Amino acid sequence: MIEAVGLTKRYGKTVAVDNLSFTVEPGRVTGFLGPNGAGKSTTMRMILGLDRPSAGQVLIGGKPYAQLDRPLRTVGALLDAKWVHPNRSARAHLLWLAKSNGLPDRRVDEVLDMVGLTKVAKRRAGGFSLGMSQRLGIAGALLGDPKVLLFDEPVNGLDPEGILWIRQFMQGLAAEGRTVLVSSHLLSEMALTAQDLVVIGRGKLISQSSTTEFVERSTENTVRVRSPHADKLGAMLVDKGFTVREDADGSLTVSGALSDEIGDIAASGGVVLHELSPQRGSLEQAFMQLTGDSVEYHAELAETGK
Amino acid sequence: MTLLAVERIKLFSTRSPWWCMLLALGLTVGITAIIAANWSDSPMPVLGAVFTHTFGLYVVMVMAALAVTTEYRFGTIKSTFQAVPDRISPMIAKAVVVVLLSGLVGLASSFGSWALSWVLAADNSELALTSANDWRHVAGVGLVFAAGALLALGVGALVRQTAGAVSIILVFALVVESVVGFIPNIGDDIQKWMPFTVASKFIFGDPDPSAIPNGAGPPAVGELSPWGSFGYFAAIALAVFVISLVVVKRRDA
Repeated sequence: MIEAVGLTKRYGKTVAVDNLSFTVEPGRVTGFLGPNGAGKSTTMRMILGLDRPSAGQVLIGGKPYAQLDRPLRTVGALLDAKWVHPNRSARAHLLWLAKSNGLPDRRVDEVLDMVGLTKVAKRRAGGFSLGMSQRLGIAGALLGDPKVLLFDEPVNGLDPEGILWIRQFMQGLAAEGRTVLVSSHLLSEMALTAQDLVVIGRGKLISQSSTTEFVERSTENTVRVRSPHADKLGAMLVDKGFTVREDADGSLTVSGALSDEIGDIAASGGVVLHELSPQRGSLEQAFMQLTGDSVEYHAELAETGK
Repeated sequence: MTLLAVERIKLFSTRSPWWCMLLALGLTVGITAIIAANWSDSPMPVLGAVFTHTFGLYVVMVMAALAVTTEYRFGTIKSTFQAVPDRISPMIAKAVVVVLLSGLVGLASSFGSWALSWVLAADNSELALTSANDWRHVAGVGLVFAAGALLALGVGALVRQTAGAVSIILVFALVVESVVGFIPNIGDDIQKWMPFTVASKFIFGDPDPSAIPNGAGPPAVGELSPWGSFGYFAAIALAVFVISLVVVKRRDA
């Protein structure tokens, strides 16, 4: 269980994390979601005691990280797969980590086996592919058989097979009753992996809820209608209190109405329908809408589109 | 104790410390061999066998700085602090390992140089280690290497970048300390308190009168006795290292 209370990090005048409070429960994968630059990595570094919060605190099982005894046995983390000396072998890398927390050498071979790196254990880590580095990082996180696991953008740059492996791996860890916090900037990925979502933008909490709740709440349901009498139908729908938008091709997009209702209204007014199709907003759209105002670096999409 | 084992694994599981140690030994012993083989006219003094120790000192200091800057360069310092969040104990463990190793390299370098001089010098009648001063000239190199390594670790932890730390150490030792001597009036007074200048007095200072012809030998300036000089150098090294500990503890990793 991870509890952040009023967590704040300032770098000079920039506020990277702003009064952030959330909890991460055991037995579930919790997605930590936000656009690039939202403060996810900074928050994770504060959880691990690497960065000092400007205000607030974060507790792991009721204690700040620095007060954990042999912390690798409680918290395993993969923040950056490249945090390995390139000329050190994979095994030597894990060996010093294990020694530092009084874990037996045998545990190193166990975790190497778990992530499928036994064959390359003696090779220098600098020669590893991204997928192999990621596996080595996960092996390091698992060394102490920790109850709490943190992964920062673990699927970035991985091929589909690697993504699937990591997704199933994290779900397996949560199923064993562990607390798993995974950051990502991709809602579609998190929708498949996480049961809970903590969403942040510009360092502020946007929402904390279950993934299904978040998706239902934030995806807008609309109905697309095409009709030769679009004007007449549009007016009738507006009279009934629905929001109607006329698209460039002359079709209507109606929010807040079920397709059944629209069909009934059309029939009552004798309007011919050429199309009546419910549209489910995509997760990406929903996420963009929610965090749109809080993206740190806007790419001027609209400008280049013209 | 476990942290010492951790730092030992870290140091010896990469190649650069091995290269640095080999280079330190090769430079000091190799150049001494050339000097000894060409020493004629007079018996070779003990001091002649340790002229070259400064080359080894610089290399060992680079090794010590690398031991901490590579951790920052490759991010393993974060794993280190994740594993041992108090931060101070792993840094001290690293210092113990690096300082002991540097001391051993220093002893190997000076006794190696001395032994090779004994074999190669045409007249080795003055090379026997007969007095406390003779022993200081040779064995003292181990202490200077050890203290120098501690200083370099402190600089490395403060600067966090290999290029920066190595430049600071080398530019200070090789350029700044000699250039300050050229400042009018006060230059000499400043120079004789410069750490590396003082450290060389510990090695070269107060030789036995019989060891070298009067007025010959390397310069050994400074106000302090040889052992006082070492104490001064070691105190500066310790101070820089302690400052680095305070900074490492406070700073974001």
